[in-house]
Amino acid sequence: MGPQHPSTHGVLRMVLKMDGERVVDCDPVVGYLHRSIEKMAENRTFTQVIPVTDRLDYCTSMTSNYVYVLAVEKLADLTPPPRAEYIRVIMTELNRIASHLLWYGTFCLEIGATTPFLYSFRDREKVLDLFESACGARLLYNYIRIGGVSQDINQKFLDRMIEFLDYWEPIIPEYEQLLDENPIFYNRTVGVGTVPLAMCRNYGVSGPNVRAAGVAEDVRRDDPFAVYKELEFDIPVEKESDVFARYRVRMRELRESARILRQCYEKIPTGAFGLPLNYRFKVPPGETYVHIESPRGDIGCYLASSGGDMPWRCKFRTPSFVHIQLFKKLLEGVLIPDIMAICASFDIVLPETDR
Amino acid sequence: MTPGEFAAHLGEQYSEHKFSLDELNEECVLLPLEIVPQCFEFLRDDDATQMDYFDFSTCVDRPPDRLDLVYSMYSTVHKHRAQFKVILDRHNAAVPSVSHLWENANWNEREIYDLYGVFFPGHKDLRRLMMPDDWEGHPLRKDYAHPNLVVRPD
Amino acid sequence: MPEWVQFSAGKHFQDLIAHLSGRSVPEILVMPIMLAVILGFICGSSLILIWAERKVAARIQNRVGPMMTGPRKLAEFSMWTGGLLQTAADAIKLLVKELIIPSKTDPVPFIAAPVLIVTVCVTAFVVIPFGPALSVSDLNIGVVHVVSISSLTVLSIVMAGWSSNSKYSLLGGLRSAAQMLSYEIPLIFALLGPILLAGGLSMQKMVLAQREYGCWFFLPSLLGFLIYYVASIAEVNRPPFDIPEAESELVAGYVSEYSGMMFAMFFLAEFANMFLVCSVAATVFLGGWLVPFMAVPEQMTPGYIALGTLVFFAKTSFLVFIMMWIRWTFPRVRPDHLMNLGWKYLFPLSLLNLLICAGVAVLKDVYKLNGWGVSLASLGALVFVLLLLQVVRVPRPTAFLEKV
Repeated sequence: MGPQHPSTHGVLRMVLKMDGERVVDCDPVVGYLHRSIEKMAENRTFTQVIPVTDRLDYCTSMTSNYVYVLAVEKLADLTPPPRAEYIRVIMTELNRIASHLLWYGTFCLEIGATTPFLYSFRDREKVLDLFESACGARLLYNYIRIGGVSQDINQKFLDRMIEFLDYWEPIIPEYEQLLDENPIFYNRTVGVGTVPLAMCRNYGVSGPNVRAAGVAEDVRRDDPFAVYKELEFDIPVEKESDVFARYRVRMRELRESARILRQCYEKIPTGAFGLPLNYRFKVPPGETYVHIESPRGDIGCYLASSGGDMPWRCKFRTPSFVHIQLFKKLLEGVLIPDIMAICASFDIVLPETDR
Repeated sequence: MTPGEFAAHLGEQYSEHKFSLDELNEECVLLPLEIVPQCFEFLRDDDATQMDYFDFSTCVDRPPDRLDLVYSMYSTVHKHRAQFKVILDRHNAAVPSVSHLWENANWNEREIYDLYGVFFPGHKDLRRLMMPDDWEGHPLRKDYAHPNLVVRPD
Repeated sequence: MPEWVQFSAGKHFQDLIAHLSGRSVPEILVMPIMLAVILGFICGSSLILIWAERKVAARIQNRVGPMMTGPRKLAEFSMWTGGLLQTAADAIKLLVKELIIPSKTDPVPFIAAPVLIVTVCVTAFVVIPFGPALSVSDLNIGVVHVVSISSLTVLSIVMAGWSSNSKYSLLGGLRSAAQMLSYEIPLIFALLGPILLAGGLSMQKMVLAQREYGCWFFLPSLLGFLIYYVASIAEVNRPPFDIPEAESELVAGYVSEYSGMMFAMFFLAEFANMFLVCSVAATVFLGGWLVPFMAVPEQMTPGYIALGTLVFFAKTSFLVFIMMWIRWTFPRVRPDHLMNLGWKYLFPLSLLNLLICAGVAVLKDVYKLNGWGVSLASLGALVFVLLLLQVVRVPRPTAFLEKV
């Protein structure tokens, strides 16, 4: 199956050995989107790498920007002003909403329901409009910069954000209505693609996928970065760890993101939005690792500097890379339609896997 | 547990070896190459460490002869995290595989094999991951040359 | 049975030609012309249906659908009048496209499959009574004709799947074979109830029997109507039962390798089939061309024929609309669940429906009950049996809702 197939979210190839409709053996083959982002990062100045990280995961460019920038800041020992921290949190949470909406739409497509896709994209469009007003880009933002963000946001942006949330929060139940009480959807998702917790651990599953297995694990809580310490939010947890549980976790996360955004609106301080930095500033030699919570899970950046103005080594630990490995085990013995349901439920993004 | 305590704890277990922190990265413990799989098995199973979550492993190329292999691990029980580093010989890089301890190490090692040319004896399925099977060279090495690749002057 | 029912459109036409030419014409010469008329009708109605489907889908999905192709003034008027010529443009595009026959295919069945599927459609339409005395040929085995002919589509789909020599096509073809086999049976059994009530197989007779009863057959055999409707969605491979072409799984199933006009023929057949099953449902269960609250005149008038035809199309379009609505609302059913539903629930329930219908037929013949009496009695029987099932706890599809 693949690399060109309507439901692989990019170009994933899966070598499937079939017995009629049943999968006997599955070997996921990645690398079709390998753009050697890590090699490119070694040949750019620290600032120039940021647009490259946009291309890591086009659904949540903000988080990939963010994790890289955090790594540089940790290595260079910079502390961004508090306003910048809040802006970053706002942007990542908005991006989480956009990404989950994208996931919701495509997930429904995979299991054969076309209409929810259009609904979620209608609202995702509004989030993208917000991004556009903040940084001029709709998909690849290049917004979070070392020491701050590229441009300040104004009160109008914040008001529009709240306006959006007021409009959108009552719509979340609408998304759920389309699927939750639908017998076909139940039969397709409940008990399908169950990943036991031990298997999650062994494979290093993170993010919503491990939260669906019954543990409240979230980098935002366990290893708080930026201002997440000051914000109140719950970590949605489901026990069953099947496709349905993963769907429920993401739907509930949408609400939590909205809650975080509302708090940010209240708390955001005034002040500078970034540090004045030289374009080719140098970072002292050293190595460091930071990780944050992306909509897909635990995204990390291992950054090594040799004292120059370019990274010596920049490795991204991406959640999709980890989750795709699961398929080999998980797809054994399932039916063809379940392949799509399971693959989609993990929210894999191929450019992030291949880098 | 802080990385320093990890080093001390490992030192107690394997008293004949020396464990120190990496001078480049204060969260990183240097491991001797000879006992890599045993160390990781100990780290995973010992009650005080319980590193059950294999984050990633990667390489940092340091020509002319050094190649650092970095492992990052996390314990979901104790909520502590550390990196471990093994220094390899760049011209003859090989390190025993840990993919039997954590499944996640499987693809990480394949990727390193692909992009850095490090061998992992004991790995079940050591094939190239990102590059085509017939690719020559290991692209992430600093001395990798390709007509399409222009290295910028520093 | 009134005299005029004996006349079909074919007969009218035959008489007309005989009248014009002054000598009688054998039926065999008239039939091809009538078939051509049907073909034209199918093409025309499919064009409209495809456009309508896109508009319905657009409305459901918060869009406006095709707007640019067609009279501009109409598009400015409302979304429902825009893009009228879109399907015509698409059809022309497909017509002029190159027919690609992939090198690894088996060319004979590959080309024969789309031809067969359209032929089957056209043939099945022969007996549909579009209005009083307006079927091409009112065969006395009308219902059997429709069912048996339309089940030939599976042959075409399997041929397409097999000859394409592609894994997706093959899986699609085989899935379709399994699906059609298991849904043909409840479909026929659901139709048996009305056949029993009408006491005959002719389509026109079916309509007249509903006049005689004073109630449309969907009341006495409500269960049968629902089963027929569900099974017919599966029969024409419409979502949520579109597993043979499941876009996200099998790319496009058996049509993956087709292009140009051959693809268009499959597409055409899909919509024509949808129209066909809905018109059968309208005829058998919803009174066909019978105008509600209006007695059928003893002597057929052109006015009533026109009105009846209109009513028939209204009923059919309503059913078609429901099918579209279902399509754009539900996720796809998994093949094994589909088989479960067909064999474990629909099939036994259709037998139950047959039982109720038999009872109703007895009531009518022996006790001379009519109209509301018949429908109340049958609904009562249905409720009673369902309650009985509840009491004896026969496994029902409750597994669906256990998590709600």
